[in-house]
Amino acid sequence: MSLLRVRDLQVSFASDRGLVRAVQGISFDLEQGEILGVVGESGSGKSVASLAIMRMLPQPPARIVASELSLAGEDLLGMSEARARELRGAQMAMVFQDPMRSLNPVLTIGRQLVEVLQRHLGLNRRQALSRAVELLEMVGIPQASRRLSAYPHQFSGGMRQRVMIAIALSCRPKLLIADEATTALDVTIQAQIVELVKRLAHELDIAVIWISHDLGVVAGMCDRVNVIYAGRIVETAKVDDLFHRPSHGYTLGLLGSTPRVDETEQDRLTPIEGLPPDLIDPPTLCPFLPRCKVAVAECRQSMPPTRAFGPLHQASCFAELA
Amino acid sequence: MVVAPERPAAAGSNVGSIGDRALPLAAEPGDAEAILRVEHLSVHFPVRQGVVHTRTVRALDDVSFSLPRGVTLGIAGESGCGKSTLGFAVMMLQKVTSGRVWFAGSDLGRLDRRAMRQMRRRMQIVFQDSAASLNPRAQIGGILAQALDIHGLFPGRERAPRIRALLDMVGLPSNFAERFPHQLSGGQAQRVAIARALAVGAELIVFDEPVSALDVSIQAQIVNLLQSLQRELRLTYLFISHDLSIVRHVSDLVAVMYLGRIVEFASKTALYANPSHPYSRALLSAVPVPDPVLERERRRIILKGDLPDPTNPPSGCAFRTRCPLASAECAAQPPAPVATGSDHWARCIRIGADLPPTGTSP
Repeated sequence: MSLLRVRDLQVSFASDRGLVRAVQGISFDLEQGEILGVVGESGSGKSVASLAIMRMLPQPPARIVASELSLAGEDLLGMSEARARELRGAQMAMVFQDPMRSLNPVLTIGRQLVEVLQRHLGLNRRQALSRAVELLEMVGIPQASRRLSAYPHQFSGGMRQRVMIAIALSCRPKLLIADEATTALDVTIQAQIVELVKRLAHELDIAVIWISHDLGVVAGMCDRVNVIYAGRIVETAKVDDLFHRPSHGYTLGLLGSTPRVDETEQDRLTPIEGLPPDLIDPPTLCPFLPRCKVAVAECRQSMPPTRAFGPLHQASCFAELA
Repeated sequence: MVVAPERPAAAGSNVGSIGDRALPLAAEPGDAEAILRVEHLSVHFPVRQGVVHTRTVRALDDVSFSLPRGVTLGIAGESGCGKSTLGFAVMMLQKVTSGRVWFAGSDLGRLDRRAMRQMRRRMQIVFQDSAASLNPRAQIGGILAQALDIHGLFPGRERAPRIRALLDMVGLPSNFAERFPHQLSGGQAQRVAIARALAVGAELIVFDEPVSALDVSIQAQIVNLLQSLQRELRLTYLFISHDLSIVRHVSDLVAVMYLGRIVEFASKTALYANPSHPYSRALLSAVPVPDPVLERERRRIILKGDLPDPTNPPSGCAFRTRCPLASAECAAQPPAPVATGSDHWARCIRIGADLPPTGTSP
C-alpha cells in the first residue's frame, strides 16, 4: 500500500471577495523512498496542498475536503488535532524556504533539536543531546557538539537549512515535505543540500515531496513529478518522461521559458504570456487555455479529461504533443 | 572590450570580437566606445569588534573593467561576493574607498553635485524587489512623473503622452497609470521600475537581481523585454545575478566574483565553454539543468565548506580554503590576472590543472 494516498483533495479559503478555490481535486500516491517533485508557480496551490496534508491549515478560514487523505493507512483529515500534533515531527515533517522564519532566534540550535527529540521520542536530556550531535553530523555540520550552543544567526543560510533538515529528520519521519527549501540558497550550497537530501532519503527510506519552481533541481532530484497549475495537477510522469515527452501545454511552456546554463543557440526565451486565472471564479474549461500555445479546437468546448501517455504518465490535455 | 587590470591600455590596438560584434580591445579614459570604465575600485567597510579592535570587510577589492556601449556585462556570483556593492558603487550610491568610475568619459568622483545630478539621468538602477522600490502611496503615473519632475523633463502637456509612451514601451496598458503598486503582480511592478529607469533617458542601466524573485515564465517575459529595449534604444546593461542560466542568456561579457574580487572575466561564449578559474568551474557545475538524463551523468564539483568570514579572509587567494586545486603557493599572495584566451582572464595560478574527480550525482 502506498505510504501517502491523496484522492480528490480540495482546499478553499473564505475571503471577502468570495470563495478562493486554491486546490481543486488533487490526487496522487507516494511510495516509501520515492522523491516526488511538485512543480508550479506562485499561487498554483502547491504549497497549500502540502500544508493541508500536514494538517497545518486551520479550518476556518480553510476548508479541506478529500475522498481520501491518508498516511500509512491512517486518515489524516479525520484525525483529532492532538493526534495530528503527534504525527507532525514524528511521522511527517516539513522544511520551508526561509530557515530564519522556522528557527527560534533566541534559542540555541541544540535547544531546538532537543525539544523535538524529547517531545516525540521521550528521550531524556542527555540522550537527546547525544542524538542531536549525531543529527548535526549526519547533515554535515562540522564541529557538531560545539555548534549545539550556537544561535541561528551564527550560522550561514546553507547551514541553517541543514539544521532544519536535521530537525525535520530527527524522529525518522516517513514523509518529508520540502517547500522551496533551496530557493533562497546559493547554487553551490543548493547542490550540497540536494545531494544531502537525496542521500538521506535513500539511506533512511523516507518519502520526499520536493516542491520547487526550479526545473533544474527537480530534474536532478526527483523520481516522479506532478505539475500543478491553478489548483490542479495538469501532468504527472516519471522524471525522464516529463522532461523528454511533456504532454501538457503548461509543461511545454515551462520548459520553453526556462533558461539553461548549457544552452547553445537560443536567441529568445519563449515566455508564457499572461497571468494565471482567478481562483475565485475558476474557469470551466482548461485553466491554461488563455495562455496556451498548443490549444486545439476541443479545448474551447470542454474540460480536457485526464489521459494516459505511458506508465505513470498522465496529463489533462487534448493536444498531441509527443 | 576586455582590459586586464595591470596591463596598460594600448591606444589603437587591433580590433577584437565578441560574438558578432567587432569591438576595440582597449580604451582610453574618455574613449567614446567605453561607456563605463571602472579602475581599481574598492569599497571597504570598517567593522568594530570589541572596544578597540576594528576589522575591515573588503566588500569590493580592486575591481577594474571596461564596458562598451550597447553591451551587457553579467556580474555573476553568490552571496557576499560584492556584486550588489559593485552595482551601487558604479551608480555612486555607495561611497567608494578607492578607485574610479568613469562614465561616458567623466570621472564620477570628481563631479560636483549639479553635474552628478545631470549624469544621473543617464545611469539608472532597477532593484530586485521592485515592489519595495515603488512608493506604495503613489499611483504608477505619479511614480513615473516624479522621475520626470526631478530632472525637469516633459512638463505640462507633454507629460501624459510621455507616461503613456513609457508604459507602452514596457508592455503595460495606459490605464496602469492609475494603479497603485499593491495592485500589480511582481512582473508588472518590475516593468514599472524599468519604465522609470527609461523615463529620464538612461543610457546605462544597472540591474540588481531583477528577475530572481519572479516565476520562471514571468522571468522570461522580463528578459525578452530587456533585450528588445536594449536593441531598440542601444542601452548598456550591468546585469547582476546569482542565476548563471539567466546570465548566460542575457550577457555578452561576464565577470565572476568571489569575496569582493573579479576572479574571472570573459566573453559569455568563452566563459561557459571554457571556464578557467576553479570557482567558475565549480559554480557552473553546480547549476542544475532541466534534463534528468544530463543531471544523472553530470560530474559535479562540490565545494567543501562555506564562504570564509569576510572580516578575516584567507591569505593569498581568498578561494583557496574551498578550492580543490589549492596548493601551498596559493596562500602567498592574491593571484594576478592571467590571460587564458583573447578577452579572457582569471586570477589563478593553477589554471589548466585537472580537477580531481569528485562524486557523480547518485
